[in-house]
Amino acid sequence: MTPIISIRGLSKTYASGFEALKHIDLEIRRGEIFALLGPNGAGKTTLIGAVCGLVRPSGGSIHADGHDIARDYRAARTKIGLVPQELSTDAFETVWATVSFSRGLFGKPRDPAFVEKLLRQLSLWDKKDAKIMTLSGGMKRRVMIAKALSHEPTILFLDEPTAGVDVELRRDMWEMVRGLRASGVTIILTTHYIEEAEEMADRIGVISRGRILLVEDKAALMAKLGKKQLTLHLQAPLAQIPAAFAGEPLELSADGNALTYTFDAQSEATGIGALLRRLNEQGIDFKSLQSSESSLEDIFVSLVREQA
Amino acid sequence: MNFYAIRAIYRFEMARFGRTLMQSLASPVLSTSLYFIVFGTAIGSRIGAIDGISYGAFIIPGLVMLSLLSESISNASFGIYMPKFTGTIYELLSAPVSWAEALVGYVGAAASKSMILGALILVTARLFVPYEIAHPFWMVAFLALTAVTFSLFGFIIGVWADGFEKLQIVPLMVITPLTFLGGSFYSINMLPPLWQKIALINPVVYLISGFRWSFYGVSDVHVGVSAAMIGVFLVACLLLIRWIFKSGYRLRN
Ligand SMILES: Nc1ncnc2c1ncn2[C@@H]1O[C@H](COP(=O)(O)OP(=O)(O)O)[C@@H](O)[C@H]1O
Ligand SMILES: [Mg+2]
Repeated sequence: MTPIISIRGLSKTYASGFEALKHIDLEIRRGEIFALLGPNGAGKTTLIGAVCGLVRPSGGSIHADGHDIARDYRAARTKIGLVPQELSTDAFETVWATVSFSRGLFGKPRDPAFVEKLLRQLSLWDKKDAKIMTLSGGMKRRVMIAKALSHEPTILFLDEPTAGVDVELRRDMWEMVRGLRASGVTIILTTHYIEEAEEMADRIGVISRGRILLVEDKAALMAKLGKKQLTLHLQAPLAQIPAAFAGEPLELSADGNALTYTFDAQSEATGIGALLRRLNEQGIDFKSLQSSESSLEDIFVSLVREQA
Repeated sequence: MNFYAIRAIYRFEMARFGRTLMQSLASPVLSTSLYFIVFGTAIGSRIGAIDGISYGAFIIPGLVMLSLLSESISNASFGIYMPKFTGTIYELLSAPVSWAEALVGYVGAAASKSMILGALILVTARLFVPYEIAHPFWMVAFLALTAVTFSLFGFIIGVWADGFEKLQIVPLMVITPLTFLGGSFYSINMLPPLWQKIALINPVVYLISGFRWSFYGVSDVHVGVSAAMIGVFLVACLLLIRWIFKSGYRLRN
């Protein structure tokens, strides 16, 4: 299947001389939720801006649904909706007027029934005649989402959608994102919260300092780079790790009651069998054991650290 | 052609005008009325006719131009500056809208507003001074051309400005002096010969002269020259705006 967005050799050097994107190659699959994960200043907003027409690329090419975003900008932009990172709205407009305006701006004829449906979905219906300046921050963000969806785009960009958002809106937003994907919309979101990428995305791209470090199915990424930990709760506390285990990836808890063994979940020989036998030989007994997978966070931190 | 976008922008801008109707119309109408009372009626009664036109009637075209220029510039510059200032411009920049379409929406609305205002001032003037319009078609044509041209100019200022001071400074420091010195209140022919030549550098002289011709059939410079000068300025503004959009100057990073 051809990718819905294809970015080749994209670079961006700002007027200040700062190189915010360095030869980015990236393909987004049709219908997926893609999370672009990276620390502040990594270049996420710049990358989105380049696709949406807010940032002039210094080099490379971008295609959206087969259309070159520079040469065939009309066709490309009609497909794209953008919810930017910053809350920026027309204070004096009503919710209804601003959403209708967006629909017109993106070349769609008026459709009050559709706008009503959209506002209801976003719990904005009873605010439709309210001036935007009278709304709370969370409501304003809903308005921006409604604007982005007003022309029925097939690609939706959400730049840091949950930064500074309350729990309720976050839940509604994820529900909406899942609903959109079910209806065939491709969603690209940026975040520096790993849990968010972990919770929502089908695939994850990690960006740092203007480079894409990796792109991977979420599950594959977790499995590939994920470490597992086995924690043994001991019958009797240990003062220190016995000398026989020197060099093993073992850690003793501060109170001496638990031993933690870190191993690679993917490798053939995890070494667990041998470890348990040797503990037995040493007369170290345990009450219970529990294993846990490392989160994306750990993966992310180790990736970015590797690069630094 | 993205007709829906043009309509959306035009409506949005006109809605802003509607919200501030009193400010937009009342203050220019009031200040024009004051000019008529002071210059037309009080002082004007002691000033002789110029080119056979009573002084009160003589100043009407200049006063309309004065408001038309400043309102066209401020409407259009504000219209594009505000989205830049609040950040809502992201939407225009990411929309499937060509520069020409955006321009028709923004400049069309700004020019419409100042033409409404111009008409209102003419009606107000009628309350103070009886006047005739010799060439109504050309009067409307000059009004429309000037409104469009200076709305384009205002649009450029709005894109260029990166603060409210800059937004104000051009109308205040450039346009107002040029209009006052451009023959709103006197005929260029009344100046000493050297100053007559210097005055011809002032583009507003051509506007007011042409506009006055459409009322009374008399002008300081030939009406064809006036029309040509407006045309040149209009094309210059259009080329500059085309460059602004193509290069992304002060709009795109
Ligand atoms: N207009 C600009 N001029 C110069 N540098 C910029 C500009 N916008 C962003 N940058 C820089 O580019 C880098 C990437 O920014 P951004 O794309 O906003 O990152 P992110 O969204 O990942 O936090 C940052 O170091 C930022 O300071
Ligand atoms: Mg950002």
